[in-house]
Amino acid sequence: MRVIEAEKIKDVVSRLFIEANTILRDDVLEALKDVLKKEKNKMAKDILSAIIKNASIAKKEGLAICQDTGLPVVFLEIGQDLKIMGDLYRAIQEGVKQGYKRGYLRNSIVEPILRKTPRFDPAVIYTEMIKCDRLKITVLPKGFGCENKTKLKMFNPTASIEEIKKFIIDTVREAGPDACPPFVVGVGIGGTADYACFLAKKALLKKISNSKFQIPNSQIFKLERELLKEINKLNIGPMGLGGGTTVLGVNILTYPTHIAGLPVAVNISCHALRTATIFL
Amino acid sequence: MLKLNTPLKEEEILKLKIGQYVLLTGKIYTLRDQAHKRIFETIKGGEALPFDLKNQVIYYCGPTPHPKGKIIGSCGPTTASRMDKFTNLLLKAGLKGMIGKGRRSEEIIKAIKKYKAVYFLTYAGCGALLSKYVRKKIPIAYLDLGPEAIYQLEVRDFPLIVAVDIEGRDIYGKKRW
Ligand code: SF4
Repeated sequence: MRVIEAEKIKDVVSRLFIEANTILRDDVLEALKDVLKKEKNKMAKDILSAIIKNASIAKKEGLAICQDTGLPVVFLEIGQDLKIMGDLYRAIQEGVKQGYKRGYLRNSIVEPILRKTPRFDPAVIYTEMIKCDRLKITVLPKGFGCENKTKLKMFNPTASIEEIKKFIIDTVREAGPDACPPFVVGVGIGGTADYACFLAKKALLKKISNSKFQIPNSQIFKLERELLKEINKLNIGPMGLGGGTTVLGVNILTYPTHIAGLPVAVNISCHALRTATIFL
Repeated sequence: MLKLNTPLKEEEILKLKIGQYVLLTGKIYTLRDQAHKRIFETIKGGEALPFDLKNQVIYYCGPTPHPKGKIIGSCGPTTASRMDKFTNLLLKAGLKGMIGKGRRSEEIIKAIKKYKAVYFLTYAGCGALLSKYVRKKIPIAYLDLGPEAIYQLEVRDFPLIVAVDIEGRDIYGKKRW
């Protein structure tokens, strides 16, 4: 049986959060450069250029891409044949604290009612078991300008695909400028209410559908493309000031659901979609 | 490009029109949710404010800590509409300019017109870039609030877009997509 020390995971998580917060994801940067070429609106072009320049300054100087360094979210995929020595969750929380401190990231976490003394932790941790002896860790510092626009709707099982599309498009419309467009839209369809929300967030980890990283297949890919096109017609644009660039990508994940229902969740990410992954 | 200095003068605010690019130089104050709440309560209670709001510009921003050798960390704007419920009173106390991201409520747009003020946007999600325009950062009050404390920032040619002008015109107009 393979063995990993929890202590090692602490350092890894710490590094991942610094990396995610300072180096914009490849596919997001690619997509931004790509849309800048196509965008015709002058103000939109100016804002997209600023976003790209910001990413390059952040990377070069090790500064946070955005001052909202998010609520730390950690996705674990744990191989069932792997043994972790020590306290895994504790190691992760310690890693979060260490990374946020060393990376000069912001302490944005408070008790929900008291709202006093902001701190770095705790992260929200999702754990899935997979069949192997490896450990996959992905971190997502999630900004709240966009997290605040999350929506869940429990559709009738007989709802049409058009109704689902309308709900997704309306969610983006309502998000407007507050969530820092251009967005990446994560969508979770199926499972239970809570699982659809999880899928919507996890969908943000996929390489974005607009980019060359995507393998074209399936109905879902088609739906992603359609939504991308339709949302980009809304003319929200960067900072909500108009233009053809409202979303960089739409990522959908699905799961089987009950005959009596159809949960659909939408989790929007701002253009500062920050994730970092490692396989141990 | 139009250049502007703080504190703002009325005759200069009069010249500003929505959609215009402006470069701002001078002192501005970071102020976000919890600090707004305290300022609001301080004014209501008739007590002394930690800084004089008269003709000043506030920035809806909670910066990251500054790395060694830097003046400030990442320092982009946060959502302005969350402050709407406090803004009226601040304008009444003499506040002239606000910097943030996103739309304002109709009530606040009216108040901006009434109190002859202005609301600016700056590049959202571009905190690293914006840190380049900050020359000095001095803590002013509420340090227990961490990133939500009030800081005085000395900025030079800080890039802005006029979003609500003195006539009460809104860059977002009536459209809600
Ligand atoms: S929504 Fe994203 S880009 Fe905008 S302020 Fe929040 S974290 Fe930064």
